[in-house]
Amino acid sequence: MSPLNLTTQALEIIAAIAAAPLFVGWVNQCRAWLQNRSAPSVLQPYRGIRKLFHKDAVLAERASPLFRIAPYMVFGAMVLAAAIIPSMGTRLPLTVAADSIALVGLLATARMFMSLAAMDVGTAFGTLGARREMMVGFLAEPALLMVIFVAALISQTTSLAAIAEHLSSQTLALYPSLAFTAVAFTLVLLAENARIPVDNPATHLELTMIHEAMLLEYSARHLALMEWAAALKLFNYVCIGVALFVPWGVATESQGPLGLLVSVPVLALKLCGAGAGLAVIETVSAKLRVFRAPELMATAFLFAVLGLLVHLLLGA
Amino acid sequence: MVHVPLLLQLVNTCAAGLLLLSFAMLSQRRVVTLVYLLATQGALLCLATLLLAWRTHQHHLYISAALTLGLKVMFLPWLLHRLIRRLDVYWDTEPLLNTSVTMLLGLVIVVFAFGLAQPIAALSSTAARSTIGIAIAVILLAFMMMITRRKAMSQVIGFLSMENGLFFGAMSATYGMPMVVELGVALDVLVAMLVLGVFFFQIREQFDSLDLHHLESLKEKP
Amino acid sequence: MLTLPTTPLDGCLTVIAAWGVIGLAGLLRPHSVRFVGRVLFPLSAVCGLALAVVAARGIGAPATHAVLLIGLPDLPLHLRSDALACLFLTMLGAATTGISLFAGGYFRQGHGAAPGLLCLQYHIFLASMGCVLLADDAYAFMVAWESMALSSYFLVTTQHRLAEIRRAGFIYLLIAHLGALAILLSFGVLQGGSWQFTFDSMRAAHLSPPWATAAFLLALLGFGAKAGLVPLHVWLPEAHPAAPSPVSALMSGVMLKTAVYGVLRVSFDLLGAPPWWWGLVALGVGLGSAFYGVIFTAVQTDMKRLLAWSSIENIGIVFAGLGLAIIFHGFGMGALAALALIASLYHCLNHACMKSLLFLGTGAVLHATGERNLGKLGGLIHRMPWVAWLTLIGALAIAGLPPLNGFVSEWLLLQAFLFAGDVPRAFVDMLLPIGAAIVALCTALAGYAMVKFYGVIFLGQPREPTLAGAQDAGMLERLGLVWLAAGCVALGLFPVQVIGQLNVVTHSLLGAALADPTAHWWLLAPAVARGAAYGPLVFLLVSAVVIVLTLLAVRMFYHRRVRRAPPWDCGFARLDARMQDSAEGFGQPIRHIFQPFFLIDRELPTAFDSKPRYRMSVADRIWRFGYEPVGQAVRRMAELVTVLQQGRISTYLLYSFVTLLVLLALVL
Repeated sequence: MSPLNLTTQALEIIAAIAAAPLFVGWVNQCRAWLQNRSAPSVLQPYRGIRKLFHKDAVLAERASPLFRIAPYMVFGAMVLAAAIIPSMGTRLPLTVAADSIALVGLLATARMFMSLAAMDVGTAFGTLGARREMMVGFLAEPALLMVIFVAALISQTTSLAAIAEHLSSQTLALYPSLAFTAVAFTLVLLAENARIPVDNPATHLELTMIHEAMLLEYSARHLALMEWAAALKLFNYVCIGVALFVPWGVATESQGPLGLLVSVPVLALKLCGAGAGLAVIETVSAKLRVFRAPELMATAFLFAVLGLLVHLLLGA
Repeated sequence: MVHVPLLLQLVNTCAAGLLLLSFAMLSQRRVVTLVYLLATQGALLCLATLLLAWRTHQHHLYISAALTLGLKVMFLPWLLHRLIRRLDVYWDTEPLLNTSVTMLLGLVIVVFAFGLAQPIAALSSTAARSTIGIAIAVILLAFMMMITRRKAMSQVIGFLSMENGLFFGAMSATYGMPMVVELGVALDVLVAMLVLGVFFFQIREQFDSLDLHHLESLKEKP
Repeated sequence: MLTLPTTPLDGCLTVIAAWGVIGLAGLLRPHSVRFVGRVLFPLSAVCGLALAVVAARGIGAPATHAVLLIGLPDLPLHLRSDALACLFLTMLGAATTGISLFAGGYFRQGHGAAPGLLCLQYHIFLASMGCVLLADDAYAFMVAWESMALSSYFLVTTQHRLAEIRRAGFIYLLIAHLGALAILLSFGVLQGGSWQFTFDSMRAAHLSPPWATAAFLLALLGFGAKAGLVPLHVWLPEAHPAAPSPVSALMSGVMLKTAVYGVLRVSFDLLGAPPWWWGLVALGVGLGSAFYGVIFTAVQTDMKRLLAWSSIENIGIVFAGLGLAIIFHGFGMGALAALALIASLYHCLNHACMKSLLFLGTGAVLHATGERNLGKLGGLIHRMPWVAWLTLIGALAIAGLPPLNGFVSEWLLLQAFLFAGDVPRAFVDMLLPIGAAIVALCTALAGYAMVKFYGVIFLGQPREPTLAGAQDAGMLERLGLVWLAAGCVALGLFPVQVIGQLNVVTHSLLGAALADPTAHWWLLAPAVARGAAYGPLVFLLVSAVVIVLTLLAVRMFYHRRVRRAPPWDCGFARLDARMQDSAEGFGQPIRHIFQPFFLIDRELPTAFDSKPRYRMSVADRIWRFGYEPVGQAVRRMAELVTVLQQGRISTYLLYSFVTLLVLLALVL
């Protein structure tokens, strides 16, 4: 375990935790620009989180310990996920903890805890949110798994770091199967991160909300952790997308500290692009009815499976 | 993994794009978008033909590409747009099967087509033989789209998409059909299109709608 | 003074005999709950533990034979313990330890049959399962198999005064016998003309491919009926809810696995080299069952019925792994076959732990509240913290979440699916990724069902006022739950050690094994795929460290002030328990999305009803269209026969007379 490995690992975790709210701020800013609104500062999410941490926590009378543990569990899961996604370098000691399948499992664990916590107080909105979250999740999770499988088949391993290593270090090759999976992955990303067209992160419109409905009973530090975890989740998903579809620039095994140094601005650039793209998608599409959301996810799932088949047929 | 030359990788990508567009057409209910998708499919087909022509130095493929461009990317979509405007059919009604089920069936068809293509591909010696499966899948998917729609307009679009698949299949299996056949087919499609256009107006005059279930009343009464 | 038995076979037989003795001892004081519950059941748990230890040590030992000279003349019972049998005996022992402990606290007065009688049936059930696993000839196997079916039938119908339970028992018995018939026929084919019914002679018999196929398909049918594969699954959702919870746990956790054992024994051991397309059949049936099972799991409203459907799903996944192993084996891909089989066996072990745990958890809830209906439960985490937290482990495990055990088998299975690309057969190589997709979908749906199961029972507000008096489980019950939960955690955290043992079993069955699966004691890394690794211990450790650090950081930098207030709920003040999602409500998206699979009967209130009532039931299409017509046809035929029934003695004499005349005429 060389110092460079440890540095990469530490850098990734710290960067993810620190930069996740910034990324959310960036997406919000892009969206505001596109929609001709005056944009909030990119630092706005940090201010929100800071404010929440300072407040007194208000818990519902019936809340059980599960409700109080859940924010920490969800946050912890997201940090661990950030640790195994090769966003800057592939020399990650912690990738032995979990490969890509375990990563999907980890995200599922976070979702399950969040849904259970939402059901804990026993309000109408909480259970509604939990149900809808699971409804979106049960199709999005296998779709994500299939997306990762295509990349895993291309590089003959399920370790995410090894996949990124393989995809970034070979000569330019076009993978038609990745075109399918990229479409599927985008849909999954939108759905899992409570974005339009599946959910609207900006409103509390009761009949349509999913993510917000689950968090209604949270306040102060618990809410801050949940919000932060949501930002981390978005950050993680974008990083997974980057690792699978545009891995160039990531510091590979063969590169020294310089590679790591280069990879930081490269990642920043990719994230800027991804954030802008996300804002465009959110601006041009309309919110779907809740019942259309499973159809969208089914489409994502099918596209991912198609990608797998195309990979087998074309061998690429 | 076998190393594939870049040009062929591009052809493969075009093939994947064709399949993707077929699925998009299967799930799309707006007729205008369907036409756009069809035009894109034609453009991808044209691109794939050009690439293959470049790689294999088969000059007649350039002519096919030009024909595809003129006919399938420009003229037919233009004609269809005009028809849509004049007939005022922007939406197909709810398809016979719901989208998820259609897509699922589509997946089954793709598995079938790919499985079917593997032995054929093993026999063929062309550069793009691995895309035969996709060509078959595109044909079958277009066929399925024709089955599941109610409006005549979407069925015509399905028909044209099927022709795209056929053309692509011929190209991947044997570098295209003989020129005469190809020209004949192109002419056929053109004429069919024009005849169908006239036909639409007739149907609408007769029934005040393009919904094909009205044709069911044409059977002989017992 | 007893001398310790020397071979694993002797050890297992001693335990089985001890179970028999314990069962009979129950008859000494049949009505004493204290004697039966506090003495006999814990003793039985100790025996289970002993069995687990002995059998686990026997996995690596060479196979041993024994011939018992009991039974019919000239038909001695052949017994044999090899790696496969020992593995399943370990599972039986380990699961029984927890279940028996729980049962000691569970059975109380006034539950149908007397406790002593229940104790007898329960232990005969245990002993017969042990015998099934040890049997080495068709005769011993069938005797044990039938006593297993019968003893469990009596256990299912413990509360035989309820018509519903009698009906459930009848369906169970019917399908069990159809299955047994198929197994018997399968053995008949397997002996291959030698008329020797020992398994040894069956191994030696070389069947022609059509006959081998017939034997395999009959075995799949027979064992599939016991395992609850679709479409022979109909007894499961009836019998499991009817039985007392420890019995449901045993049936679901262990008895279903004896069917898996049977299929493995017949296909790999007795038949030898199964052709690949058998695997395709098993894979198809398995995946179909998994999918069908899980969507029905998600829409159930009775907690035990929900778990029963979930068992169908899990058994489906086990059979999918098994089918995959046969496919790979048929194509000569040894390492992958071993991986698939290990995944399948691992899932058997997992399911034994987690499903037993969940069934026992529902048993504790049932005792505390008297309710099985999810619509009348809720908020029990406050009243029953022990049961609630331990059940949470089971629920998370069965949803396939890391670092618990359900995830390990899912991981292994997906690895096997994923690297199957080189299958040299068109269509099959295209179908396998679809299989992976279905497994992934089923796991995610299981997560959905488990959120519903757990959330509706333990979280939220109590839906009935009576729930406020619910009592947490007693000491013995808690011990049982803790044992099984610990099993879930251990199987999740130490997969390498378990796989090291499973590898021995696959080696004995397939002749192929994973190369060096225990290279790192903490890292699960089958050499099939480069760099694919999962280290549950690291996973848990890092998560724990991150969570604790977060907690400490929040405490250090900010404050830990907490205020309690009424729920916010968007400012709605008059919240009551009926405003939460009911079980029906939570299942609604699944009903909506997978509508074609269900037979939904719904009564909706109109806007003008003064007393609006909403009624909805989801039925199984296979029952309605597959079984009911057959049942009606049988009934109609039976009605035709009633024409003969006249009630006059002279008519009956006439029948005998005519029969006699006809027979005489035939002989003439």
